[in-house]
Formats: sequence, structure tokens, C-alpha cells
Amino acid sequence: MNEKTMRKSRWQTVIFLLIIIVLTYLSSAITQFNFIDGMATIPEAVGWIFSNLMITQESLGKLPKILEKLNETILMSIAATTLAAVVSLFLGLFGSKTTKINNFLSVFARFIASVSRNIPVVAWSLILLLSFGQNSVTGFLALFVGTVGFLTRAFIESIDEASQSAVEALKATGATYFQIVSKAVIPQCLPQMISWILFMIETNIRNATLVGILTATGIGYTFDVYYKTLNYNAVALVTFCIVIAVLIVDFISNYIRRVIL
Amino acid sequence: MEATYIRRKNDGRINIRSGNKVDQVVRWTLILLTILTIVAFIFFNYAGLDLGSAITETANNLKVMFLEPALSHFNWGEATYQVGVTLGLAFLATIIGAIIAFFLSLMAATNLSNVWVSRIVRVFVAIIRAVPTVLWVLIFAIAAGLGSEAAILGMLFHSIAYLVKAFSEAFEEVDKGIFEALQATGANWWHIVKSGVLPSTFTYLLSWVFLRFEINFGVAVAMGAAAGAGGIGFDLFMASSFYFDLREVGFITYAILIIAFILEGFSTRLKSRYFPATSD
Amino acid sequence: MSLLKVEGLGKSYTSDIKILKNINFEIKAGEFVSIIGPSGAGKSTMLRCMNRMVEFNEGKIIFNNNDVGSLNKKELRKLRTSIGMVFQHYNLVPRLTVIENVLHGRFGYKTTMQGILGRYTEEEKERAFYLLEKLGIHEHAYKRCDQLSGGQQQRVGICRALIQEPKLVLCDEPIASLDPSSSKIIMDHLKSISTEMGITCLVNLHQVEVAQNYSDRIIGLNKGEIVFSGTSSELSEEQINKIYGTETKDLIMA
Repeated sequence: MNEKTMRKSRWQTVIFLLIIIVLTYLSSAITQFNFIDGMATIPEAVGWIFSNLMITQESLGKLPKILEKLNETILMSIAATTLAAVVSLFLGLFGSKTTKINNFLSVFARFIASVSRNIPVVAWSLILLLSFGQNSVTGFLALFVGTVGFLTRAFIESIDEASQSAVEALKATGATYFQIVSKAVIPQCLPQMISWILFMIETNIRNATLVGILTATGIGYTFDVYYKTLNYNAVALVTFCIVIAVLIVDFISNYIRRVIL
Repeated sequence: MEATYIRRKNDGRINIRSGNKVDQVVRWTLILLTILTIVAFIFFNYAGLDLGSAITETANNLKVMFLEPALSHFNWGEATYQVGVTLGLAFLATIIGAIIAFFLSLMAATNLSNVWVSRIVRVFVAIIRAVPTVLWVLIFAIAAGLGSEAAILGMLFHSIAYLVKAFSEAFEEVDKGIFEALQATGANWWHIVKSGVLPSTFTYLLSWVFLRFEINFGVAVAMGAAAGAGGIGFDLFMASSFYFDLREVGFITYAILIIAFILEGFSTRLKSRYFPATSD
Repeated sequence: MSLLKVEGLGKSYTSDIKILKNINFEIKAGEFVSIIGPSGAGKSTMLRCMNRMVEFNEGKIIFNNNDVGSLNKKELRKLRTSIGMVFQHYNLVPRLTVIENVLHGRFGYKTTMQGILGRYTEEEKERAFYLLEKLGIHEHAYKRCDQLSGGQQQRVGICRALIQEPKLVLCDEPIASLDPSSSKIIMDHLKSISTEMGITCLVNLHQVEVAQNYSDRIIGLNKGEIVFSGTSSELSEEQINKIYGTETKDLIMA
């Protein structure tokens, strides 16, 4: 690196940092965020959390009810993810270069994936809430739509990566499209796909809490009720239960991933 | 004469599966997921659901939303401003998160830190990640008072957790030779980080930060809607749950979609440029 | 009576560049024919035209009294069942067992559903084991294919082609990724396929000596045109120069 390029790269760094600083300043202005105040509230908030968010004997009495709701939420996330995976499998096959049937379906699959992924889950739950009402199906569908978008993109990438060579070999034996897909493509991609599905289940359990607050279902609603009635001990218990549940799911998925990948 | 290398099932038919652990785990995972999905559908709360009319109604709603978007409770300027607020929230959470994550990931990277510090940081990050963002925001909203501070602090947690994982993995991939060479010159830890680790990973780290910004935009919309954090998400919530104004919901959805598409376009280009080998 | 007859075959991807130009040859049943030529001569493309893995633009291919070019989708599938194919990179499904990969060769004879469910008859399975034993890899039948060496994988590939009960086996550079000793094993097996089973072999090769040692007949291809056709003994130094171009000759023969 000579003197000149070094000076140039130093200038680039300075300009880059300036842009970041300006953007940070603009963002602070538009959101009325005060960095110092914000940071100052952290110790205060942590103090508040430790003095108020305590699980007490009384809140433990609510545990069965909370666990029931948590159970509902986890099952909802799994159901949404699994069904979305089935739909995404087909969209993924249509969308991938290796297995596409025709260009129209390929573009169509990618378009569906892109739109359903880029409209946030909150927007879907609010839209669906209008006609489906406050029940599990609304939450389920909101998670389902977002998951289809995400998994389709992930599956397209997995299928693209799977070697084209086995597909060619099976085609040469006179195998049909679905034989090729089920015996050459899926066996190669399945471990990767399962890994994505597990990742989405974990994500969806967290998202389900958010969706639950909006659609008044599952653990999200339970949290919201205690939160609005200022029952912070119960809030603490709900949060604790969610943390444990997510950590357990995380642990199981990591085990499965270690074995299959 | 029966060849001994042919494995048969109990009924005498020839087995063609290897029956190894991988296959079994894959099969059981799939079976379990299927069973849990069926169980979920049995235990769903179907209160007040009329599937037929709900589907036609939703189709109708979607048609109105996407074909006749309009603004009625606020104007274009206001809409742009609110999108700006959401982008601002996402940006601040990302940039502050990135700075904190940078230092934490130096402690989490196994080649830059000692085993125990690295383990403690990782457990800490795992627990932070397990609490949904919306709960962080709501908890901070009571603890620190409602406002952009609560939203940003809440969003900060997941940004940090995500980036620490990405950053520390990037640091761990730095060539060992660089460390040795710098150590041989008598450089201390900070020198190694500054002149060895940072230059070779910087663009990579930046790409991750941008990917997180893309995610945070979606999160900021969600926080506006579910935790009253302001921005376009809050308007979306008001339009759909308060005014029941489908056209406005449509307009806001379009606005979110356009920003999301732009961000996705950027991140796809970044990905193909900086992570050619990895797909996730 | 020829099994395969190619007349005026031509192929181009874009209008100005022709990959294959006016290819004519005939192959009798049971013959072992090698195609040699420099890389980029169109060997792979030509081979793939025979079972329409690549669609050709001009000419006619007659296989077993069928006009290959005019077959519809279903007839094409049927045609492909009687043409086995062996690839340079073996093209196996790495995560599946050897025996499963061999049985993939039966798909052309099955309905879609039978294939998806993996319903193979006992006769098919026993035939698969018989073939594996013949190629000396029966001990590995239940191993995953990615645990085998290259030479072993190629033998699995040959088994997969043979279980189709083909009349013709197309081999695309079958030994290009193998070491010399594995290459010899594979070539010996291919040779015995044609002599013992009477299956016709059409093999792309880039080693001239190997082609001379094993083939009944050699076809030399250069820039999409046939520049030589004859027996091994007819392939003189001069002919080799014609096929490969003079400059590269020293490299090839070294």
C-alpha cells in the first residue's frame, strides 16, 4: 500500500464515519431520542427490574394457567412452521433453478415469498384480525404467512446448492419429475431444511408473543393482561416461562442440528 | 446359498436403508413435528371463527387494501415523517447495538478471550435472546417511561445478541498467522485487535450490521404497533384496530413494503459481494 | 444391423456458434466405441444428444429403430430406460446408501408413486446385490455413498446404469477424476460389460492410449466435427495430430 492509497482509504473512513454520525444525529432528532438520557435510564431500569419483577408465592399460583397458554403458543408456532414448511417446499421447488418447472412458476414463487416475507408479521396479524376475530387461527395464519416467505427463500437456496449432478443422473434413467425430486433433491436438502424449520420454530415462539398481544391469544395475551393490570410479579413469571421454553427448544434444535448436519 | 452381506427384515424382505443415527433423527424429527401439528389443531381455540366467511372477507379486505390504498387520517408529509421515525428507531438500535456488540464479541471470540469470559458472554447472550423483543420494550416502558428510549433499549438487546454471534464467529475465522506475527513484534492485545483483527473483518462486520438494520426495520414497525413505540407501526395499528380503515392499512403496508424491498435489494447485493460462500 | 445411427447431427446454443456439425456414424450392438478429442470439441454435448439430455437442432438419431428426435415426453422416458449413463463425477445422491443409489436405475420402469415410496421388488433388490457383487463392492452396500472412494463411487454409478437393463451405456469421461489403478478397474469393468453382457458402450475419453487399448472403434472429434473414425490400429500418429492439433500432441502423449 503506498502513501496515496493509504491517504485515500483514510479519507474514505473519515467520510464513512461522518455519514454514520450525521445519520445518528438525524435519527436521534426525528425519534427524540436522547442518548445520554437513554443510557442513564439503564441502571434505573435494571434496578426497577430487580426490585419489581420478582416471582412471588402468589404469582406462582397462576403457573398452571400460564403454562397452559404457553403450551398453546408453542403448539401454534410449531403448527404454523410445519404447515408453512410444506407449502414452502413446493414453492421452493418451483422457485429453484435446479427443479423449476417453468419460468412463470419460478418468478411467481419468488414473488409470493418476497411479499409475504417483507410485510411484517404485525401487519399480517392486524389484517387477519379484522375478519378472523380473536382466536388461535388468526395468530396461526399470521405466523404461517410470514414463515412461508422466509422458508421459501431458505429452501430455494438449499435446493440450488444441492448438486445438480444427481438430478441429471436420475433424469437420464428415465425418472419422472417427482421421482427425481423425492429421491435426488430432497434427500440432499432435508437436513438443511430441517435446520431452517427448527430455526423458524424458535423465532415463531418469540413472534407468537408479539402476535398474541395484538390478537389477544396465547401467552402474549396473558402477558398483556398482567402488564396492563400492573401485576408485575406475574409479568416476571410469564417472562421467565417464555425464556425457559425458548431455551429448551433452542437446546433440542441444537442437538438435532449437531446430529444431522 | 444366501450371501451374508444382504440384510433382511423380519418378514424376509431385503432391507435397503442403512438405518444410521442421522436417518433416524431426521425421521423422528419429522414424525414429531407432524404429531405436534395435529395436536395443535385439535387444541386450537376456535372461538367465534367462521372459516368460510373469514376467508372471503379477508380476500375482500386484501383487495381493498392493495387495489385502493388511500390516506385519510394523516397526509403524505406525516406518513413520510412516521416512516422516518421508524427508520430512525431501527438505525439507532442497530448502531448502538453494533458498538456494544463489538466489545462483547471481542470477549466472546474464543481466540481473543479466555474460555470462561467467552462462556459467560455466550450464556448471557442466549438468555437475552430468549426474551421476545416486545417484552423487553414493554418492560423498559414501565422501567424507563414510555418513549423512544424504551423502544430503542428494548430493540437493542436482540440486536446485540444477533451481532455478538455474527461478530465473534467472524473474529474466530481470522487467520492464526496474523496473531502470531503481531505477537512476535511485541504487540499487545489492543494492537492485535486494531491492526490485525479489525482490518481483515471490517467489511464483513459492516455487512452484518446492515443485515441487522434490515431486520430492525421490521422490528421497529412491530414495536410501534404492539408496544406503542411510535412511527409507521403505530399508525398501522391505529388504522386497523381503531379506525378500521382498510384503505389506510393498504397505504401503510405499501409504504412498509417499499422500504423493505429497498433494504432487501441492498442486503442481497452485500451478501453476494461479501458472503459468496455462505447462504444464510 | 446397427443399434445406433446418427445422421447429419448438428447442435448450436446460439445462432453463430455451432457445437456440433454434420455428425454421422453408426454403432453395432455389442460394440465398444470411444470418442476422443480435445476439451471443448463437443464430446459431452454429442453424448448427451443420444438420449436427448441435450436437445439437438439438426439431423437424425435412430436408436433401436426409434427416431429419438421425434419422441414425446413419455416415449423419451421409455427410451432413456434402455440407455444407461455413467458420469465423470459419478452423480450419485451422496446422503443415500449404495444400494438405494443402484436401485434409482429402476425408476424408468416404475410409476411416479412407486418411485416416491421406494417400492422395489425383491427381484430388483437381488439383481442390485448381484451387480454390486459382480463389481466387487457388495460389502459397502449399506454405506452412504459419500463414504466411498472415487473408484468405488464410479462402480456404484455403473451398477445404477446396468440395473436399467440397457442396450447402450453412455460414459462421459468415466475415469477423468480417478487415479490410474482405479481407472484400470473401471475400464476393465466397462469392457466386460460389452464383451460378456453384449451391451454397447459409447465412451468419451481424453486419454488416447486408454482408448486404443480398450476400443473396438475410435471416433475422433475436433471443433464439433468428426475427423477420424476407425479401429485402434488405424489411429496413426498423424491422425492423432489431426484430432488434437500438432502443438498439444506432445502434452497428450507424454
